[in-house]
Amino acid sequence: MKTYIPPRFKVERDQERCIKCQVCVNQCSFSVHSYDAEVDEVFSREENCVGCHRCVIFCPTHALNICKTPLDYRENANWRPEIIEDIIRQAESGGVLLTGMGNDKPYKVYWDHLVVNASQVTNPSIDPLREPMELRTYLGRKPERVELERGGLKLKTKVAPQLTIEAPIMFSALSYGAVSLNVHESLARAASEFGTLFNTGEGGLHRKLYKYGKNTIVQVASGRYGVHSEYLDVAAAVEIKIGQGAKPGIGGHLPGEKVSAEVSATRMIPAGTDALSPAPHHDIYSIEDLSQLIYALKEATNYTKPIIVKIAAVHNSAAIASGMVRAGADIIALDGIRGSTGAAPKIIRDNVGIPIELAIAAVDTRLRQEGIRHQASLVAAGGIRCAADVVKAVALGADAVYIGTAALIALGCTVCQQCHTGKCAWGICTTDLSLTKRINPDIGTERLVNLLRGWSHEIKDMLGGMGVNALESLRGNRLHLRAVGLSEKEMEILGVRHAGD
Amino acid sequence: MKELERVNNPHGDDKVMDACGLFGIIDTSGRRFSGEAVIQAITNMHDRGNGLGGGFAAYGIYPEMADHYCIHIMYATPASKPETEVFLKRHFTIAQDEEVSTRKARGIVKPPVLWRYFVAAEPHCPEGVAQDDYVIERVMEINTQIEGAFVFSSGKDMGVFKGVGFPEDIADYFRVEEYKGYLWTAHSRFPTNTPGWWGGAHPFNILDWTVSHNGEISSYGINRRYLEGFGYHCTMQTDTEVVAYAVDLLVRRHGLPIEIAAKVFAPPFWDQIARLTDEEQELCRTLRQVYASLLLNGPFTVIIAHQGEMIGLTDRIRLRPLTAAVKGDRLYLSSEEASIRLIEPDLDRAWIPMGGEPIVGRLKVKAVEKGKIKARA
Repeated sequence: MKTYIPPRFKVERDQERCIKCQVCVNQCSFSVHSYDAEVDEVFSREENCVGCHRCVIFCPTHALNICKTPLDYRENANWRPEIIEDIIRQAESGGVLLTGMGNDKPYKVYWDHLVVNASQVTNPSIDPLREPMELRTYLGRKPERVELERGGLKLKTKVAPQLTIEAPIMFSALSYGAVSLNVHESLARAASEFGTLFNTGEGGLHRKLYKYGKNTIVQVASGRYGVHSEYLDVAAAVEIKIGQGAKPGIGGHLPGEKVSAEVSATRMIPAGTDALSPAPHHDIYSIEDLSQLIYALKEATNYTKPIIVKIAAVHNSAAIASGMVRAGADIIALDGIRGSTGAAPKIIRDNVGIPIELAIAAVDTRLRQEGIRHQASLVAAGGIRCAADVVKAVALGADAVYIGTAALIALGCTVCQQCHTGKCAWGICTTDLSLTKRINPDIGTERLVNLLRGWSHEIKDMLGGMGVNALESLRGNRLHLRAVGLSEKEMEILGVRHAGD
Repeated sequence: MKELERVNNPHGDDKVMDACGLFGIIDTSGRRFSGEAVIQAITNMHDRGNGLGGGFAAYGIYPEMADHYCIHIMYATPASKPETEVFLKRHFTIAQDEEVSTRKARGIVKPPVLWRYFVAAEPHCPEGVAQDDYVIERVMEINTQIEGAFVFSSGKDMGVFKGVGFPEDIADYFRVEEYKGYLWTAHSRFPTNTPGWWGGAHPFNILDWTVSHNGEISSYGINRRYLEGFGYHCTMQTDTEVVAYAVDLLVRRHGLPIEIAAKVFAPPFWDQIARLTDEEQELCRTLRQVYASLLLNGPFTVIIAHQGEMIGLTDRIRLRPLTAAVKGDRLYLSSEEASIRLIEPDLDRAWIPMGGEPIVGRLKVKAVEKGKIKARA
């Protein structure tokens, strides 16, 4: 069928600069560039271009530029180009439209409407270059109070198992199979080197990475891929994945093409078969069932590891979170509407869930009202873009954040949203061996550690400016935030006042 | 319409910011002495205040009524007194009540009516409720529900005298030199965002705990939210109130020694903790994990006192001053060393404590046994 979808991008090739070296031909995994030896010329199939910039970055003579096609539809605020083209695609395929990465719609980004305080005159700001500044964070269930042995200074209280991280930033779940082993290795090594954790996602953990277990959160999702006793034993914590911000309410789909021999061995499924994780856990139809799985995992790990329960941020998150804490979750992970994915139906990604900022505030407030905030730590995910977002998330009440997209961007991702195609030209979201080798774990580790280090420095600067020298003094301290341009209701939910007030 | 002079922070800012002068003495032998010396010492730090608040706390001043809670109340409106008295009669047995004796003093304008009641919680306090908890709840009720009435002192055998003015004028007004106590603290206030309100002066009191504070607590937002979870209502929006409730929670309700509470308020840094023995590490780590939200962050010096004990503490990087000194049985704490030397030139020892290091002065056991001072259980 002839497609009615016009090319999205235009490939501009400066013929004077082009040396016909064919780097672009080899680098493009979407078959945009081709070389015709007969005429000694490089041609472009622009309709294939996804705008990932791989060719631009690697062209040795900077002969290439990719820009948006200036093709315009007649202006229409309702029937926008994206909507028209989605309909065309469905008319041509008859299927659910798939996409990758996170929600790209212009929902309000609350981070951009929150500003942070700083000390002036009445208290001194603290200079993190000259004074200690502490970001260490412990995640897990805390007792309500400390008890000492009678008449002594000996502790009677025993604290439940905790995760120790040197900054309130962890790597979000990215499953092996969706991303390559080299990506997993980069994440694992960066987490070990920096002192934080990476999350396996639902695709199991390759045996090669078991040595990074102390810095690994292993996930147990509805498909139970790669879950076995050794997998649980090797990890620092176990995360039950109920939902994901990019696709609340539905399961995952790893196409059979991505299930290579190694992926098959790790996931414990036949090679080449689709890995379809069910929408719900079929042993969790309610809160008491969740409690059973939490305790089954605690039993299996002999009560030595915190159990995390991750949900997508949805309308009732506060009440659900409260139930999860009472069901025994030691850490709650909330994934907001801008959370990313390797593949999701576009209609779900773009329309289901709520912004993470509102969810953090609502859950933190609710748990405090119920007097159970100390029983679980709160990890926020879904659209954390920079150190300021981390600071604001912590001030709203999060103990730490997960970053996924930001970590991938550090590795080379340009957010072209083609994760679901398995053709990632940057070698990230693919298991094609000719592409995965584009990620060198040595360099990947360095780039990720640099990112964490840079953000940590920035968080310390902001903390020092606020006049505090430990992250815990910011956690839930919403007085250090002010809103710019939010409604009364939004400020009520976020628990912040307007700037100038 | 709010009566601005009775609102601590009429601007509705999140909290009161101030800088201040602090002074404290405890005679660990339990010997009582007049407030004269402490007045002299705090007066010497005149420039640390701006006349918008001064106050004193004295322990051991009501030995004849030591079994009764002594409730000091300020009445800003005529109607508030009868209303409060009806409330007091309903919830307490009033053994004695009288006007707090005052005299005309320079710089004291529009003082509220000041009254003192010696009360017992029996037989009104229900069984199973600790009398201290009962008293705290009633005090909170008066302070939040009765318009114009404010309880500014509610302990046994101790009292707070405070108001708007320089501390020397407040002392003159309250005739502070006429009282004799074994433990005194004093405060001179320099608030930056409030016109000064009688109840907002320091020391801040709850039961027999008093807190005098110099500083701004940048962690106020979370400290307050955390304490709200334990039923403390921060009605005055001051940092000092937070300190008082935090001490009450940790020492009285959670039963931790004050030295341990100090490790919560101004904990050692993680790398300092890493150098301790395993057992100490576990203690410090557990305290920081469990009470992370009670770390008092930002510049502060506090002098905390209760029956038989006085504690000086600064934030962990000592952003506000504190000097300690010893002479015989007496321990001195002051924002400035000069004030100590003014009243006791011949000191055994004077030093500047490390940031986060609590300086504790405690009545000697003998003094308690002799029955000079009624120690709290």
